[in-house]
Amino acid sequence: MTFQGWLLIAAFVGILLLLTKPMGQWLFALYEGRSTPLHRLLGPVETGFYRLSGIDPNEEQGWRRYAVHMLIFNVVLLLFTYGVLRLQGVLPLNPLGFDGTSADLAFNTAVSFTTNTNWQSYAGESTLSNLSQMLGLTIHNFLSAATGIALAFALFRGFARRETKTIGNFWADMTRVTLYLLFPLCMIYAVFLIANGVPQTLAGSVDVSTLEGVKQTLALGPVASQEAIKMLGTNGGGFFNANSAHPFENPNTLTNFVQMLSIFTISFGLTWTFGKAVGNPRQGWAILAAMLTIFLAGVTVTYWQEAAGNPILHQLGAGGGNMEGKEVRFGIAASALFSVVTTAASCGAVNAMHDSFTALGGMIPLLNIQLGEVVVGGVGAGIYGFLLFAILAVFVAGLMVGRTPEYVGKKIEAREVKLAVLAIAVLPLMILGLTAIASVTEAGLAGPLNKGPHGFSEILYAFTSAVGNNGSAFAGLTANTPFYNGLLGVAMWVGRFFIIIPMLAIAGGLAAKKYTPETAGSFPTTGVLWTGLLVGIVLIVGGLTFLPSLALGPIADHLAMMGGQLF
Amino acid sequence: MNKDIISSLRPALVMTLLFALLLGIAYPLALTGVGQALFPVQANGSLVRENGKIIGSAVVGQAFTSERYFNTRPSAAGDGYDGLASSGSNLGPTSQALADRVKNDIARLSETSPGHPVPSDLVTTSASGLDPHISPEAALFQVARVARVRGIDPAAVRRLVEQSIDRPTLGFLGEPRVDVFKLNRRLDAFGAKPGA
Repeated sequence: MTFQGWLLIAAFVGILLLLTKPMGQWLFALYEGRSTPLHRLLGPVETGFYRLSGIDPNEEQGWRRYAVHMLIFNVVLLLFTYGVLRLQGVLPLNPLGFDGTSADLAFNTAVSFTTNTNWQSYAGESTLSNLSQMLGLTIHNFLSAATGIALAFALFRGFARRETKTIGNFWADMTRVTLYLLFPLCMIYAVFLIANGVPQTLAGSVDVSTLEGVKQTLALGPVASQEAIKMLGTNGGGFFNANSAHPFENPNTLTNFVQMLSIFTISFGLTWTFGKAVGNPRQGWAILAAMLTIFLAGVTVTYWQEAAGNPILHQLGAGGGNMEGKEVRFGIAASALFSVVTTAASCGAVNAMHDSFTALGGMIPLLNIQLGEVVVGGVGAGIYGFLLFAILAVFVAGLMVGRTPEYVGKKIEAREVKLAVLAIAVLPLMILGLTAIASVTEAGLAGPLNKGPHGFSEILYAFTSAVGNNGSAFAGLTANTPFYNGLLGVAMWVGRFFIIIPMLAIAGGLAAKKYTPETAGSFPTTGVLWTGLLVGIVLIVGGLTFLPSLALGPIADHLAMMGGQLF
Repeated sequence: MNKDIISSLRPALVMTLLFALLLGIAYPLALTGVGQALFPVQANGSLVRENGKIIGSAVVGQAFTSERYFNTRPSAAGDGYDGLASSGSNLGPTSQALADRVKNDIARLSETSPGHPVPSDLVTTSASGLDPHISPEAALFQVARVARVRGIDPAAVRRLVEQSIDRPTLGFLGEPRVDVFKLNRRLDAFGAKPGA
């Protein structure tokens, strides 16, 4: 570990903290449906969209209607992309002449992008046409992110509103977030990326005659437009197979730094928006403090392990940190930091190959996703996931002091706790259940590239990534098979919507409750004690379930690595 | 419930089409126009031309394996630096295949430059398989070989390397590194000078 490395991490967190309040304020304006300076420019687009689709943006929806409209919209988007992928062979903008994808791959990919997972069973540059990337995928990058933020708004309203049946209008939330936040930011961001060397062209490829006189064909395409929203919307689906490690996606150290910032910035802002929505920004900072504590612990472990390197390679004479699967321009520190950011945030973009990390260095990304990606988390999904843990935390605190738990002015009762547990239980049930199936079936065992415990880690990581809607991979796994495409597709769908629906039910229930003012007997939810309790609940409830599976995978792998055992 | 589903159909269908037009067509095409107008070089892959021929991209790495050039890192992209198949090796820390590969590469490199420890980035594959850089140590490690094969003064080659080291941006973003394509072009230009 180096001083520059820690400086990078400190600068990263420092800049994000400076951006938190401005971003939170902007999001708060959208949450309230207030006018922004951008309304002059894009307001007509917004009203035009509502008029053509017959939407009254002021119509308030109860949680059931909000959920149904969100779900139907997502199903339509899913079918749309499925169609585009299947038909890409006969659609235009296909300069490399790719055929339509197989049914199982189209299903997997459509689910993947609809659920903000962006798991990629395919290699972008050798499978998808420019039209598929633009029309089939980029649109999801925006709308799945906007859906996540809309859902977070709905839950915020549950906490903030009193004795009402409604939690907002899904169409208005989703449209406003897209038009007044994601779309304009991405326009600027993409131009910055192009200026730094990210291609943006409709050409498919270009032939190069190298200095050694060999022909090299470089895949090109509309990369920058997809790259911008891929990071900002915590989607993570790269234009190229190597994702943000590919020099065309992430050409230099500055783009790398900005990419990391852009993964976190909206989720940081949403913690502030939450605090503001419930009338006390300190509530938001308390949540952010708990998130940052777990995040920095993870960064420390991964950075330390990657910098320490692999003793097996040291013995062979390749000293220093672990550079297998890393780019020289990023080095150890920026690769380790990126891996923890992308898995904390449900993004799944990678600038280094997690599969080739040291055993414990690679365990942290895995564990981050298993915790439910509530450590900062994906846009919207992070904060609503974290609030489910906050409900459990006040419940546990209430048990300890023998009082009815309250959180930000709402009594937390049996219904909320049951629904929160239901949502949180989806992760271990799906991840461990499906990993178990894949570990004992022939089709499942055909997947891993590596042998021994690391092979098991590859399977575990795949299902963790899918259920957690992350999308990063221990990419050695051969996942483009009907078995994995099918199971992972189901895992992604359940992992997204089976958490969202109980969460919206909580939002609806909370909105109907009356305000319970804080008294001397209330458990304070802003101080250090609360932050500590949150960290504890996330680690114990979220993490402990997965410890046995981690022992079989990365921990066994670590012991083998230290003992010089090869597979 | 049924009422909710029915009321959602028109907005779901129309919004999908409208956003598909805005985000799937207009947004990438508008950016393509802006990019091509403002940054035509970068938007097309930062291609480098010499005598009308495209000889590489200033951004993406290309394979250098001959003894006359500074070599790039091993690559898992296709057969090496395949611009249509970016990929890492994905070999884990306890992989026999990884250990064997590293062992062979170290043995091979030690032969060409005996007596020096082999820098680890020269025996590990990058994440993309298209890494344009090597570490300054990895470049200096190859100085003696390149000078010998080309029959030029090692001190001059070393100077070329030192001039080619990129420092971390702002002092802390990234690592010191050498762009191999750029360095090898300088090397060719140096050799072409009369009397050099």
